[in-house]
Amino acid sequence: MIRGTIIVATDICKACELCITACPQDCLEMSPNLNVKSYHYVQLKNDTCTGCVNCAIVCPDSAITVYRQSKSPAPKSAALTS
Amino acid sequence: MVKENGTSETRLMKGNEALAEASFRAGMQAYFGYPITPQSEVMEYFAAQAPNHPDVVILQAESELAAINMVHGAAGAGARSMISSSSPGISLMQECLSYMASAQLPALIVNVQRGGPGLGTIQPSQGDYFQAVKGGGHGDYHLIVLAPASVQEMVDFVFDGFRLSEKYRNPAMILADGALGQMMEKVTLPAAGSLPKMEASWATTGKRHIRERNIITSLFIQPERMEKLNLVLQAKYSQIQKEVRWEEIRTEDAAIVLVAFGLTSRICEKTVDLAREKGLKVGLLRPITLYPFPTSAIAKLAKSAQAFLTVEMNAGQMVEDVRLAVEGQRPVDFYGRMGGMIPSPEEVMVRVESIAEKLQAVPA
Amino acid sequence: MEQVANIDGMELVYKKPQTLTDTPMHYCPGCGHGVVHKILMEVINEMGIQEDTIGVAPVGCSVFAYDYMNIDMQEAAHGRASAVATGIKRVLPNKYVFSYQGDGDLAAIGTGETVHTVNRGENILMLFINNGIYGMTGGQMAPTSLIGMKTSTSPFGREASTMGNPLKITELLAQLSGAYFVTRHAVHTTAAIRKLKKAIGSSFKYQKLNKGTCFIEVVSNCPNGWKMTPVESNEWLEKNMFPFYPLGDIKVPKS
Repeated sequence: MIRGTIIVATDICKACELCITACPQDCLEMSPNLNVKSYHYVQLKNDTCTGCVNCAIVCPDSAITVYRQSKSPAPKSAALTS
Repeated sequence: MVKENGTSETRLMKGNEALAEASFRAGMQAYFGYPITPQSEVMEYFAAQAPNHPDVVILQAESELAAINMVHGAAGAGARSMISSSSPGISLMQECLSYMASAQLPALIVNVQRGGPGLGTIQPSQGDYFQAVKGGGHGDYHLIVLAPASVQEMVDFVFDGFRLSEKYRNPAMILADGALGQMMEKVTLPAAGSLPKMEASWATTGKRHIRERNIITSLFIQPERMEKLNLVLQAKYSQIQKEVRWEEIRTEDAAIVLVAFGLTSRICEKTVDLAREKGLKVGLLRPITLYPFPTSAIAKLAKSAQAFLTVEMNAGQMVEDVRLAVEGQRPVDFYGRMGGMIPSPEEVMVRVESIAEKLQAVPA
Repeated sequence: MEQVANIDGMELVYKKPQTLTDTPMHYCPGCGHGVVHKILMEVINEMGIQEDTIGVAPVGCSVFAYDYMNIDMQEAAHGRASAVATGIKRVLPNKYVFSYQGDGDLAAIGTGETVHTVNRGENILMLFINNGIYGMTGGQMAPTSLIGMKTSTSPFGREASTMGNPLKITELLAQLSGAYFVTRHAVHTTAAIRKLKKAIGSSFKYQKLNKGTCFIEVVSNCPNGWKMTPVESNEWLEKNMFPFYPLGDIKVPKS
């Protein structure tokens, strides 16, 4: 299975939950935490994300950035910065 | 026919057509309009001449409302743009004129006034002075207003109107009337190309990477920003005061000063002659810009003159600004005809004589 | 937000287009406007026409569209966006010009300008966001509100006898010979969003042909106005709006 992951701009997320509906892998949930605007923001709940991009496409606020394992040999991993 | 190379020439022309020809020569790039009497000849002239000016946009819109919004678009995109109409059509444009003043867009609007209010008549009038000078649309803004009194001025003020509207990034209006639009006089048309192209680095021409995007808007929803914009506009209107223009005829020793603009000033010029023949010291002050208004010039005359008579083709509109300028120092009388009726010099003379009697003005 | 090229051996495959500004959008959670803005700006980005596109924003919820779209834009008076777009396109015929309007702007106060812009076949893209309600002003009835729909000015439900039937303006406009491409889309699923993106891309390409107006209606939600959650509003959209405003091409250019 291709692996993927997302980075959510948590302060932009408005908890509309459309991404949760759009996700075919059921890997998203609303965080119990609140962002600066007092919205619960979305987060991954497991590692079944395939980087299909559905969540990012439906997000009205463009709050989601998507990464996906490429089919070619994986490059040396870069330092994780956000 | 017009010389295609647009060199300066003298012709006998109808006001509406002279204005249209002047617009081509002044480098107009876009015209949007709608037919309405007594100015449809403006657009008809443009339409007939369009093949000689293939780069100029000439479009009859579905209404004056649509047309003025097309002007907003074109002017916002940096094109020298113009619209013409008559009183009821100008009413339809008021919303957009407020927007354009707020968004600081240059454009030329021509009102060939007709009798009103309402659908009115097609005969000439000056009933839109308030609408032109005091706002017309909502909010604190002004149009630069020029009042031609001859077919020559119909031509000249096209150049002045574009120039002033672009200098100050504010809409300008030529406030004419049906008689000026229809009458024929000898006119000298300036050469084409004498007015430089508009400088418009602020226009929406497609954002270049080297600059931020340009936004043309009149929406400033935070009151702090809206007030700031208003202060900018007010400062602009202060600057515009120096563009004031007027003409004085035989006012140096006048006991009674007539104040009239546009067509009525021509009538009053004749009245001045009639009065002087009868030994009455009468003069005329003709505002040429109605905004800015020649307040100081009138106030100055209030020191030497004994009375003012404002003559207009309306129920009394400019007279209020004359009274403000005179500040109660002298009596300001009003004579007007409404609904498209044009006063005669003799009618005005009757009122002048009655004022003179009251003043017991010293004969020449 | 900084986006790195890869994380833990995974490559970046999707990020917000650079043609959207960083200004957080004011739209209600789940509102279709945000999606349409994003897709429109993605197309402009991918076609490389950011420097050659001018948009016209309406009055309505999307009155602030120019805060989010990183292109030259003009704000029009209510209803007049297509007239303003006409003025821009006529003086800048080589640029891409679009107008973006809601149902009040395009199908109520602006109907005259809408019909005549299309009738003249102005070579622009007209985007019509139809959610059957006036959001910005607090949820009043729109010409496109469905029969029975409760809004703040039809609190007992829209009645045909006093308020008329919902206006299918898109079908009306498709009759006009100036309409080159007329289509109706939605943004409630990724499949629908992909179809909209294709339609927008085609419309910009068609603009270069100078063959008339491209008109795209997006049937969208208004969670706040409809008094539903975003997820519920998309379900309501499918159940109620689509039967009346069916998705699909209404007029396509002959190839």
